[in-house]
Amino acid sequence: MIKIILTLAVLSLAPMFVGVINKVKAIWAGRHAASIFQPYYDLLKLFRKGEVISTTTSFVFEIAPSINLAAVIFALLFTPFPYIGAVLKFDSDFVIFAYSLGLAKFFLVIASLDTGSSFEGMGANREVTFSTIVETAFFVLLGTLAFITNQTSFEQMFIMLNSSANYTLLIKLLFVVSLFIMLLAEGSRVPIDDPNTHLELTMIHEVMLLDYSGVNLAFMVFASQIKMLVIALLISNFLIPLNLPITLALLLCLVSIFLIYLCVGLVESLIARTRISHVPQFLFLMTALALTSFAIVAFFTHGGIK
Amino acid sequence: MNWVEIKNLQNLSLDKIKYVDFSEFRESIIIKIHEGKRLVNLFGMQEQDIVRIFCILAEDELSKLFVLSSSLRPGEAFASITNEVPSAHLFERELSEQFGIIPDGHPWLKPVRQGIAGVDQTQRQYDFFKMSGSEVHEVAVGPIHAGIIEPGHFRFSAHGEIIHNLEIQLGFQHRGVEKLFLQNNDLFYQTKLAESIAGDSVIAHSGTFIRAIESLMNIDISKRIKIIRLIMLELERIAVHLGDLAAISNDIAYLTGNSIFGALRTSVINTTMSICGNRFGRNMMKIGGVNFDIDSERAKFLLETINRVEKETVTAAEAMFSSASVMERLEKTGIVSKEIAHSIGMVGMAARASGVSIDARVDHPFGAYEFFPIHKLTLDSGDVFARAYIRFVEIQQSTKIINDLMEIYTDGNHDGKIGEMQKNSFVVSITEGWRGEIVHCIITDETGKIKKIKIKDPSFNNWFALALAVREQGISDFPLCNKSFNLSYCGFDL
Repeated sequence: MIKIILTLAVLSLAPMFVGVINKVKAIWAGRHAASIFQPYYDLLKLFRKGEVISTTTSFVFEIAPSINLAAVIFALLFTPFPYIGAVLKFDSDFVIFAYSLGLAKFFLVIASLDTGSSFEGMGANREVTFSTIVETAFFVLLGTLAFITNQTSFEQMFIMLNSSANYTLLIKLLFVVSLFIMLLAEGSRVPIDDPNTHLELTMIHEVMLLDYSGVNLAFMVFASQIKMLVIALLISNFLIPLNLPITLALLLCLVSIFLIYLCVGLVESLIARTRISHVPQFLFLMTALALTSFAIVAFFTHGGIK
Repeated sequence: MNWVEIKNLQNLSLDKIKYVDFSEFRESIIIKIHEGKRLVNLFGMQEQDIVRIFCILAEDELSKLFVLSSSLRPGEAFASITNEVPSAHLFERELSEQFGIIPDGHPWLKPVRQGIAGVDQTQRQYDFFKMSGSEVHEVAVGPIHAGIIEPGHFRFSAHGEIIHNLEIQLGFQHRGVEKLFLQNNDLFYQTKLAESIAGDSVIAHSGTFIRAIESLMNIDISKRIKIIRLIMLELERIAVHLGDLAAISNDIAYLTGNSIFGALRTSVINTTMSICGNRFGRNMMKIGGVNFDIDSERAKFLLETINRVEKETVTAAEAMFSSASVMERLEKTGIVSKEIAHSIGMVGMAARASGVSIDARVDHPFGAYEFFPIHKLTLDSGDVFARAYIRFVEIQQSTKIINDLMEIYTDGNHDGKIGEMQKNSFVVSITEGWRGEIVHCIITDETGKIKKIKIKDPSFNNWFALALAVREQGISDFPLCNKSFNLSYCGFDL
């Protein structure tokens, strides 16, 4: 029951956290900040709006937003909450988690190619290129987790990690940093992407949504907000200490997610966006961290890879 | 030597301009350019059934201008000089567009603004360079853009993320400014028109126009009025440079720079407003003087503001230019080499960022610069960084100029007499606006009215530099390169 409530809480809080990022940026820029609830008004506005669908598109364009949203919510069901676990679980379910996010992305990409726009083609190209790097690194991270815990269920991996050896602190640190990079990449934030730009030639995620309007756009925007929160939730799993009362743990989880979004806001305030040709270098940092954590685990458990 | 030597703002009787045969005219231009002169303007004027063509060259180090003229009949072909003098390419396209004369051998003859004269507009072909290959793609951007930007069409031939060629087609803002000048002889109307040539260079364009008229009227302008005009021009430069630094920051998602420079720009344009009632300096300039005085109280406020703005700009710019993430985007992006800048005739701040030593405030002094010499500032790298950094340096320079001039500034009159314009005369007025060299050439008829005005905004020279700067660059860096030049569409389209 509590898992269902928490899942609903994630769905309802996802837009607010994006509001937090905007708030941080506005305060840094010295502007009067919009309310953190602004993203809800924006979604509401989109739900009320009519829709224009380009005549060059096929049915793929129309079904993609619904599939995208559904796939992201499906991935959320496998995401473990600290101490409580995930709604759905079975052995090797982390593959389902990764590939339902993959499915969401697949439909986002083919729908944007469906429009035939040269901008959207470039955006799709970038999105796929960068995803290949992130996805590989993510699987190395999951493999490492499975290696430490001898578990293949997403939920069990996180629970068992907390009870294992003394080097876990180091591993957790590496995980947090590399997942934070994943959060920036998947959430299309600075320095990989710029969610506020109006320049089609530089966009990655936004450009793929250019042809969407109304409810379908709302679905796409909402799905990407949930996806960010899912990754933030994964990070917060590594930040909560052991043996706390469950309410305190959940409170800490909320606070840590808030802090993660605060960090995203600060990154956006303080640094400029990387040149697109250098983005892979930045993303390979995540791969490097993932491989390092794997090497550390291999060293401590087996004295090296044999 | 057939060339008549003049100076900036020196009026000249039309009869004194030598009239030579076109082949001699052509040879002479090529020789002069190869000697190191710079092509300032090449334009035609309809005279009964012929097109009289004027060429203006500059020898910047000696503050000299040279004029020569020739003529062609409409529809006549002539041997193009573009292959010998690349900077003439757009002037020849313009001549062909306006008078139907055909530059034979021009490498890429197509309309500049509204279409070749005498060619059916509905049959007009929009030719663009073609690139072919299995992974080559074309990206067409505009003429309608996202946000509040002027219209212009950009056609990229790209291979993956790399731009191999960019072709820029403008003309969507063509209002017929040069013709509008001839429709109404009222000088007040014409001054307003000059203010509207490019909305970000109001003081520069209106100043260029009124100095040309004052030269034709042979009137002396008091030192004090010249100083007021110069202060307004430098305020315009500071404001636009700050706005550009904010826009460059915005394009690379550098939030700090965007908000700080944007706020500082507001302080500066509000100072302009406190003087003349308009943030962009409209209504400030008038023939014989200025419409609004800068009295000692306003002068005090002005100095306080710009000195505070400069201090804060230095802090923000030092943070910006020492930030690794910013420098990674700016450095080695959109390079225009000195050789290219020189051969295509780039002008202004963008040319100085490529190491070309050209600044009309020094080369062809006008207004208060006649008695107040300044230094030319150049940078070498020619990349986006250089074009951003030179803005920062020029903001400091302009602040210093205003401060120094305020020391010799006294209260007094801000209005002067006007006179009759000299008949059958020719004048070249050059101003260094924030973007670069603005040139207005005015020719009067036998009654002393304007018969021909030829306006050249620096954008006319520099758009082609943008096209060259983005070659072999990532297509996602195009908006940044574009912003680093910040060229005017309406200044080009006229």
